[in-house]
Amino acid sequence: MSLHHYEAPIREPLVIGEKSYHDISVDVGAPILGKANRSWWIVFTIALVAFLWGLGCIIYTISTGIGVWGLNKTIGWAWDITNFVWWVGIGHAGTLISAILLLFRQKWRMAINRSAEAMTIFAVIQAGIFPVIHMGRPWVGYWVLPIPNQFGSLWINFNSPLLWDVFAISTYLTISLVFWWTGLLPDLAMIRDRSTKPFQKKIYSLISFGWSGRAKDWQRFEEVSLVLAGLATPLVLSVHTIVSFDFATSVVPGWHSTIFPPYFVAGAIFSGFAMVQTLLIIMRKVSHLEEYITVLHIEYMNKVILLTGGIVMVAYLTEYFIGWYSGLPYENYTYLSFGAATGPYWWAFWALITCNLIIPQTLWIKKFRRNIVWTFIVALIINIGMWFERFDIIVVDLSKDRLTSSWTLFSPTFVDIGIFIGTVGFFFVLFLLYARTFPAIAQAEVKTIMKSSGQRYKKLRLDHENEPIEHVDMDPSSVEPSANIQGEYFTGKADQKTDSDSAQALSHKKIGDLIGTVGAFDPSEQTADNLKKISGVGPVMERKLNQLGIYTFGQVSRMTDREYDLLDSIIGEFPGRAKRDDWAGQARVLGGKK
Amino acid sequence: MAAKTIHAIYTDDDVLLEAVKRTRAAKYHIKEVFTPFPVHGLDAAIGLAPTRIAIAAFIYGCIGLVVAIWMMNYMMIVDWPQNIGGKPSFSFTQNMPAFIPIMFELTVFFSGHLMVVTFYLRSRLWPYKKAENPDLRTTDDHFLMEVEFDGDERELRELLLDTGAVEVNINQK
Repeated sequence: MSLHHYEAPIREPLVIGEKSYHDISVDVGAPILGKANRSWWIVFTIALVAFLWGLGCIIYTISTGIGVWGLNKTIGWAWDITNFVWWVGIGHAGTLISAILLLFRQKWRMAINRSAEAMTIFAVIQAGIFPVIHMGRPWVGYWVLPIPNQFGSLWINFNSPLLWDVFAISTYLTISLVFWWTGLLPDLAMIRDRSTKPFQKKIYSLISFGWSGRAKDWQRFEEVSLVLAGLATPLVLSVHTIVSFDFATSVVPGWHSTIFPPYFVAGAIFSGFAMVQTLLIIMRKVSHLEEYITVLHIEYMNKVILLTGGIVMVAYLTEYFIGWYSGLPYENYTYLSFGAATGPYWWAFWALITCNLIIPQTLWIKKFRRNIVWTFIVALIINIGMWFERFDIIVVDLSKDRLTSSWTLFSPTFVDIGIFIGTVGFFFVLFLLYARTFPAIAQAEVKTIMKSSGQRYKKLRLDHENEPIEHVDMDPSSVEPSANIQGEYFTGKADQKTDSDSAQALSHKKIGDLIGTVGAFDPSEQTADNLKKISGVGPVMERKLNQLGIYTFGQVSRMTDREYDLLDSIIGEFPGRAKRDDWAGQARVLGGKK
Repeated sequence: MAAKTIHAIYTDDDVLLEAVKRTRAAKYHIKEVFTPFPVHGLDAAIGLAPTRIAIAAFIYGCIGLVVAIWMMNYMMIVDWPQNIGGKPSFSFTQNMPAFIPIMFELTVFFSGHLMVVTFYLRSRLWPYKKAENPDLRTTDDHFLMEVEFDGDERELRELLLDTGAVEVNINQK
């Protein structure tokens, strides 16, 4: 085995178990090619009911009017925009994982990027629902597009951050979608080629776009992934920056803040990773992917949560300090102020502080960081805390504006709550369908890191420490996909032959000779026969024959004394047995029956 | 020309890479290599030219930027200039800062989408396209090298088996 896939032994393996390339295909394909279990159906039904309930609330809103929400003249934005920002924020982790971590060459992204990207797309879909229904007349939603309209071409206002949102979010959604789909093609092709049901095969042929895996395709594929990552990285930062402009460019105290863009982006990644943790901790169990999404992955994500949570904490403290230091009475009622902490929304303030500032700090302790149950609880708490952050920014800031007589509180109606629950249901409906129909792990990518980060290969390297290293990389991380590293470090002295090599070559020669006379097996046209039906062939012998490339009765029936001898000399077990039992004669009979 | 091809199947990426190098060194023409995942250095070993798709993406991005500038200048400054919130739209240079977000978004939009469309067209990937990998196992864990040859196959077969091929099949076309 070649040693150029070097990775420091101190690094924990990213793929656990004695996995071969084929095992990865089997494990990733299992949830799709198998049947759904009962727990899947139960969760799916609950999600579907929630979705339908939300759909009913949306229909009620549109047919009756926005008045069915709890908005009033002081608080004109509340749950809808809170939910919008919350969902968009969640939608940031996917692209961060697949784009930014790709640029940073983080191998651990490969087990989680597919699901995180799916989550991104589904979350952005939920986010998009809210502004559209908040327009009140969604059927004229196309007015936000730069098209000539019936008012003598009064164009849209390009000075407005709300319009920037339209461009940012639609670009983000569509770019994430093509990024996701392009990455899916090789994996969908794997499912296509492994599926045995005709209808399923047809569907996967259709959606895998005829991916064949040519060397040139892979070369382009990697370049496209790299360039898309380079484009998506500033894009993901721009999206939440622009969302924060919705607030920051206004003159409402608490909103008019220059630190909003970086702080919103950090908060978005914080909440997005929390949602990835929530989903993947369940998914790795349900879909039996524990060997790919390991505790190490969970710990890495927790570290990202700690970092972004830290940035968010600094932003909170800054906001609180500035509110106090400005000495303005209005600033004493912003969402991070003494006034908010002790006022009528004290519970929302403290929910934010507890969920986002205090509880995530437990992740500094390694034991907690690697504890799956605790991680799951913390992730749920962060999801709640980040919802409260947006609620506080929007509702608390608006509730006490400059005119004391119009101070008021907001209370949601069942429609507000129903639509929110509906989007959660819709999100899970999409995610559950995804988990059953799409390869949930980027298996082609994971196969590329098996030799560097798989437990099996790490162990092999450890056991054979003194073997000469033929290939040495200057930078071990450069053997990643998209590196496209060429040159001296890839051309090792491979022509040095050892005894075992030439012995191997001899046996290969014999195998070639054998297959040359009995004929090769073509899996695209033929199906393998059950060779165990031949008396004298057991499961072990069948596996050995398969390894040699013998799969059908037809091949066995073409064997003569010469081939029997060849077979004996290759396998070296049970000599003379094939001849004694007359395998060829048996195979002719069995082959004729079919 | 006698267009005979031979399919050599491998089960390891490193073995394949060495095999490709040795086959090329023996002056055989490698027609195609099918792999289940990207094998690094394979494109150079086969002798494929580097892809120019990143250059295309850059050009598409420039087009997107120009479209964005033209669009906003036409709509906000030329066709119907307005004074919105005390911020009049009378000159492009003064309004430009407010246009930067959309300039950026459209640059990314054009660059990303047109690049992916180019990739799909150049690599011939679209719905209803029939897959062309000659062996179903090449999307799972097998690597297939397709070599063209003239005349005697024996020598080539020996070479391929010697490089570690687990199966060698001849296709007469």
